[in-house]
Amino acid sequence: MADTFTIHLKIWRQDGPDKPGKLVDYTLDNVNEHMSFLEMLDVLNEQIVAEGREEPVEFDYDCREGICGSCNLMINGRAHGPKAMTCTCQLHMRNYSDGDTIVIEPFRAKGFPVIKDLIVDRSAFDRIIEAGGYVSVKTGSAPDANSIPVDKSVADTAFDYATCIGCGACVAACPNSSASLFTGAKLAHLNRLPQGEPERKRRTVAMVEQMDKEGFGDCSNYAECEAVCPKGISISAIAEMRRNYVKAALAGDEV
Amino acid sequence: MKLDSKVPSGPLEDKWSKHLKDIKLVAPNNKRNHDIIVVGTGLAGGSAAASLAELGYNVKSFCIQDSARRAHSIAAQGGINAAKNYPNDGDTIWRLFYDTIKGGDYRSRESNTYRLAQISNEIIDQAVAQGVPFAREYGGLLANRSFGGAQVSRTFYARGQTGQQLLLGAYQAMMRQVHEGNIEMHTRHEMLDLVVAGGKARGIVTRDLVSGEIRRWMADAVVLASGGYGNAFYLSTNAKNSNVTAAWRCHKRGAGFANPCYVQIHPTCIPVSGDYQSKLTLMSESLRNDGRVWVPEKKGDDRHPNDIPEEDRYYYLEEKYPAFGNLVPRDVASRNAKIVCDEGMGVGPTGRAVYLDFADAIERDGRKTISEKYGNLFEMYENITGDNPYEEPMRIFPAVHYTMGGLWVDYNLMSNIPGLFVAGEANFSDHGANRLGASALMQGLSDGYFIIPYTIGNYIADADIDEIDTGHEAFDEAAENAQQHIDKLLSVKGDKSVIDFHRELGQIMWDKVGISRSEEGLKQAIREIRALRKEFWENVRVPGEASNFNKYLEFAGRVADFLELGELMAEDALHRDESAGCHLRKEHQTEEGEALRNDEEYAYVAAWEFKGVNGELQEKLHKENLEFEFVELKQRSYK
Repeated sequence: MADTFTIHLKIWRQDGPDKPGKLVDYTLDNVNEHMSFLEMLDVLNEQIVAEGREEPVEFDYDCREGICGSCNLMINGRAHGPKAMTCTCQLHMRNYSDGDTIVIEPFRAKGFPVIKDLIVDRSAFDRIIEAGGYVSVKTGSAPDANSIPVDKSVADTAFDYATCIGCGACVAACPNSSASLFTGAKLAHLNRLPQGEPERKRRTVAMVEQMDKEGFGDCSNYAECEAVCPKGISISAIAEMRRNYVKAALAGDEV
Repeated sequence: MKLDSKVPSGPLEDKWSKHLKDIKLVAPNNKRNHDIIVVGTGLAGGSAAASLAELGYNVKSFCIQDSARRAHSIAAQGGINAAKNYPNDGDTIWRLFYDTIKGGDYRSRESNTYRLAQISNEIIDQAVAQGVPFAREYGGLLANRSFGGAQVSRTFYARGQTGQQLLLGAYQAMMRQVHEGNIEMHTRHEMLDLVVAGGKARGIVTRDLVSGEIRRWMADAVVLASGGYGNAFYLSTNAKNSNVTAAWRCHKRGAGFANPCYVQIHPTCIPVSGDYQSKLTLMSESLRNDGRVWVPEKKGDDRHPNDIPEEDRYYYLEEKYPAFGNLVPRDVASRNAKIVCDEGMGVGPTGRAVYLDFADAIERDGRKTISEKYGNLFEMYENITGDNPYEEPMRIFPAVHYTMGGLWVDYNLMSNIPGLFVAGEANFSDHGANRLGASALMQGLSDGYFIIPYTIGNYIADADIDEIDTGHEAFDEAAENAQQHIDKLLSVKGDKSVIDFHRELGQIMWDKVGISRSEEGLKQAIREIRALRKEFWENVRVPGEASNFNKYLEFAGRVADFLELGELMAEDALHRDESAGCHLRKEHQTEEGEALRNDEEYAYVAAWEFKGVNGELQEKLHKENLEFEFVELKQRSYK
């Protein structure tokens, strides 16, 4: 069994959307290197429940294998913590040492109001997809899957953008709270495939406009989003989104 | 409870087309007058909601996550089967059907399994049209790979994230219908009861997981697509929030629960490291295409795996099953891993692991090719274990992964409660006693895109649905029932945590209702589960309150249901005095340690009817005999 060590935590506690919040201190003595970050918080919650003085810390999680996009913690000021291309749930305590202090906050943005403690409302992302993040194809109306060949490099690049898990780290990391990487990634996935081409213009304009409506800021090329994206999605998606948007919206094309 | 499978007559290959021809339709302008509730937004629920809404029904969709895109189907890694025969290696619909029914050890319905194989090709067409970025060859056409239990390459994949890509396709199709106003989406809502009025499923009761409010929802039909119950074992590859509650509450309202003991233990997962462990991580079975499974031949050989020479390694799958080698079905691979570890040849700090080695594949194909195929899985492994699988073999061990059992359904995927349809992993339908790899995605999407949208219309066209509202006494009773259950959980105020109860249940299940089972062990498990359930209701501590976001309260409700289901799983395993697929009774094995079926006595679906719970769980057994008209029952052999 690996040695255990001590970790100090400062965790954002907030009872509800309109309640004040604050950082609260906790200490855990029995952390080991094989624990995941969320397992460390499970252990903390068990300690809180056993003591019975306050309610456990609420945080979102589900698959715990880095794919569902539920977990979303700001760890020492960095979305998903210190490891590149790693979700909070895939971060392990071997990245920390005895006596470290870790500050844990929610993903903050105007578009992501806090629900409780570390849980935020990311439904704005659903509404951006609703605006046009799809190919309008009814069930049962598809031609044979091999009827349209797709260049392997195009399919591979589309896949790279399609790996977005919708966690919101890009928004949380951005000084403008822009959702451009999230929106751009979906556009870059669908717009480059022959199946997505017919709706390219309409999709681009509708999703960009919805992103604005949700209160997300503009992109100023800080590239913080790319740095924290657990799936390593490239900010080229944003440039592509802008090109398509300008062409579609400003050039007066029918959309 | 009456079990009428409603399988159409006629030749196997004509049953579905004949049924479609006979099915009653609801006129387009009439569909908008019918509300349909869909619970769950995974592959089955998402595809059903989108397709029903496209047809014109008013759909109300519910999920426990904060977005429909996060359902656990998203974590499926390896791929999806279809009988396209693009590689020209001799695949046919019959072969896919036959592999699936044989893989399931002849404990599924021929008609359903054949239909699944028939529909498989349409799913691939649909997904590609939605923009799902499947892997492609340089010529621009779709690529395939092979999976366990098959001798053809029929698995379509999107790197190691096939489930994610297919789920996002279904999610996006749903979001399009939300935009059109045909789907009303309710996230962070948990179904706590089914409302049965006038003998028909007419609605559900949910808890709003943010406000705690108990809410009532009415419809003309309910589609339950709430996934499987692997988390009865506490540690599994399921997501933390995956649970049986929605299905179990339907069971308590009269829906038969079929074959609860059929649980798939996946052979390739990252081994357990400690008590705090919250879940197990799957390493896709696709890895067995290129990885070689072995253990040191000498017990307690503690040399580094790279220092163990070829002659001191035991490639047990390749030696025992030369025809299929490392690609034997999951149940066979899991059982053999347990056997070598029980014999003392296991590796790693706990001795409960075997090696999955890529050295030969990397030497043959190059690191780049292997990285293209499995890159994300290798990264995930390194992240979790700190070891680099490009440099040394992975350590793997079996873990609970999928449940073939589920609510009983007929050919239309309707349960024995009229108006309650069940799709995807939540039903028992197509996989018999063992599911082959890359078949779960196929089944979820087949049910949701291509079966339920038709069969539900047939039900609605014919059903005499009464005009009621959510003030009906059946709604009152269900809502009060849900509220009382919550109040009861909060009122115990005991000393022991919800998680401790769950972990203890999981340990009982893993030890006695896991990879191998015996009469004695199962009887012991039933006694232990009853005692644990009693202790739960006397001593559980649920913090917080009902009228707020409270994850511990959500989990407490789910663990309470697992504590009942666990007993039924053990009961079902005990009554099935044979081995079949994943269900291995120690008393019934071939000389080589394979599952030994008893077709004379057990070629049936066991559907259990809930009768009450009072210290003991009371369930009545009903049997649907499985008739095999088209395939011959054989001892499975992968040698």
